[in-house]
Amino acid sequence: MVESIIKAKDLTKVFNGYLIAADHVSFEVNEGEIFGFLGPNGAGKTTTINMLTTILKPTKGFATVCGHDIVKEASMVRRKIGVVPQEYTTDEDLTGYENIILCADLYGIPREISKKRAIELLELVKLTEFKDKKVETYSGGMRRRLELACGLINRPRVLFLDEPTLGLDVQTRTSIWEYIKLLKEEYGMTLFMTTHYLEEADALCNRVAIIDHGKILTIGSPEELKSSLGGDIITLSINENKDISSFIEKIENVKEVKRIKDEYRIKVKDGELIAPIIIESLRNNGIKVTKLSLIKPSLNEVYLEYTGRSMRDQEESVEAFRAHRITLRRARKI
Amino acid sequence: MKEEISRNPLHGLWALTHRELKKWYKEPIVFLVSIIQPIFWMGLFGKAMNINAIIANNLPPNIPRWLAEQIIKQTFGTSDYFSYMAIGMLSFVTLFTTMFSGMSIIWDRRLGFLDKVLSTPVARSVIIFSKIFSATIRSLVQASIILIFAILLGLKFGPNFTPISLLGAYIILFMLCIGLSSLFLMLAIRSTRWEHQMAIVNLLNLPLMFTSNALFPTTTMPEWLRAISNINPITYATDAIRQLLIFETLNANQLMLDFIYMSIFSTIVALISIILSWKYLSK
Repeated sequence: MVESIIKAKDLTKVFNGYLIAADHVSFEVNEGEIFGFLGPNGAGKTTTINMLTTILKPTKGFATVCGHDIVKEASMVRRKIGVVPQEYTTDEDLTGYENIILCADLYGIPREISKKRAIELLELVKLTEFKDKKVETYSGGMRRRLELACGLINRPRVLFLDEPTLGLDVQTRTSIWEYIKLLKEEYGMTLFMTTHYLEEADALCNRVAIIDHGKILTIGSPEELKSSLGGDIITLSINENKDISSFIEKIENVKEVKRIKDEYRIKVKDGELIAPIIIESLRNNGIKVTKLSLIKPSLNEVYLEYTGRSMRDQEESVEAFRAHRITLRRARKI
Repeated sequence: MKEEISRNPLHGLWALTHRELKKWYKEPIVFLVSIIQPIFWMGLFGKAMNINAIIANNLPPNIPRWLAEQIIKQTFGTSDYFSYMAIGMLSFVTLFTTMFSGMSIIWDRRLGFLDKVLSTPVARSVIIFSKIFSATIRSLVQASIILIFAILLGLKFGPNFTPISLLGAYIILFMLCIGLSSLFLMLAIRSTRWEHQMAIVNLLNLPLMFTSNALFPTTTMPEWLRAISNINPITYATDAIRQLLIFETLNANQLMLDFIYMSIFSTIVALISIILSWKYLSK
């Protein structure tokens, strides 16, 4: 029987009395899985992670992590989890090794154990040869790997990763994915991660919750979510500014039509066969198709389906924005 | 697996304190500047502002020299203004080091380090304690350097000076450090902008300095200024150290009052900062 290692019920966080960052968020995470929160910046991902990692107190609702209440037994939760925050939080003025030892001390791990473990973790994330270099000389990918190592120093049962590849280039991002998979296999723990990269959620997560405006819109495995779309998607634009949704809907095998700005998103079965038919029938009615594309379902389509738009770029607050900028600046520094 | 984790409520204190100190002593430039700066003050201010020489060299011919010396002694409690001022410098350097203690917590908040620490089992009060202690250790080291240089530049100990007086002086300095660094940390605990903290520090440092007896005796101050000076902890700390180290006559009652005032001040301010840390470190 699989246990729920994280249970959240109606978690709500309201900032300053009006800014609702998380709105009745409820979900469960099974032991041993990688669970992802997918959503744009400002959707409430970090707020939720901060509540689960006991940094923020929920305004309403409750949650348990490893069986402990996140408010009443916060210190028990803190002992059992590891956190890799969105920002680079390692101390730039210290070396990689010193940073890991500092983390170990914060968990009260005795020096004999922490020394051994630090060496082992540095080896795991391939930073052994840089261990005595100051972190300010590290590249973004190296910093992120060091953060991963720090998050693992107390052998957590659950590791929280907040945007683990934010600001990294594609190559480094893929390599971080490899490390995350490796760590999971090595230590067999549960991972809770947030991301706004769809590919990332697709590549790593066993289950994904799509979140926007503080609300969970849907939860499921990437495969389930994709197949829930029920087919392929054709997007097309026409040369006229009039609504032809109802006309397209009448074409055979068309399941659903949505008009998003000047584009029509048409959900169909067997897109390859239907696309020519649509063009044909539109032309017969004097409407010229200016653009058409066929998309096989991906998480991006799932995302669009539930939120009605692409990833928006908006920040949570000035503070978050600043932190984000600092993170990006450091990430880009090689 | 979990048994290895410490149950000591103060675990992590030294790790966090040491982290702050490393930023100081491992940076040769920062370290050197922080050492040289008090020496500069001491040498420049202490020797330029030479009240003894000012009076001695400008004495009208009909006034005997011993009278002038007597006036200085009456005013400053010692016939050597440099010694008087050097002790004031100890408080001065403590104030200037501790007032930036709030800065590091703002940086930790902005860079996310604070969030990480908050997600570990470290007690909230330990986070504040570590900042207080690192500022205290730094200040005490700097004050010691000041004291050594003051002696080299001619500080004259009072007739009542014993090694125990030195210990007493350090206890007073320790309490002043704890009190002042808690005070400035308290002001920074919720802040996310170092600009605000800079403004607060700039606003407070001169009044704290000049409403005290660090540079001039309070007896010549106007009534209202003396009233402020009488609640300023720097006044009590400086007085106590002067009594212990340089004054020619010891006022035991005043010294007792200094110790009591400093212990109450440092305890209360430290307690408030810890209570605030429980309340405000997490949002």
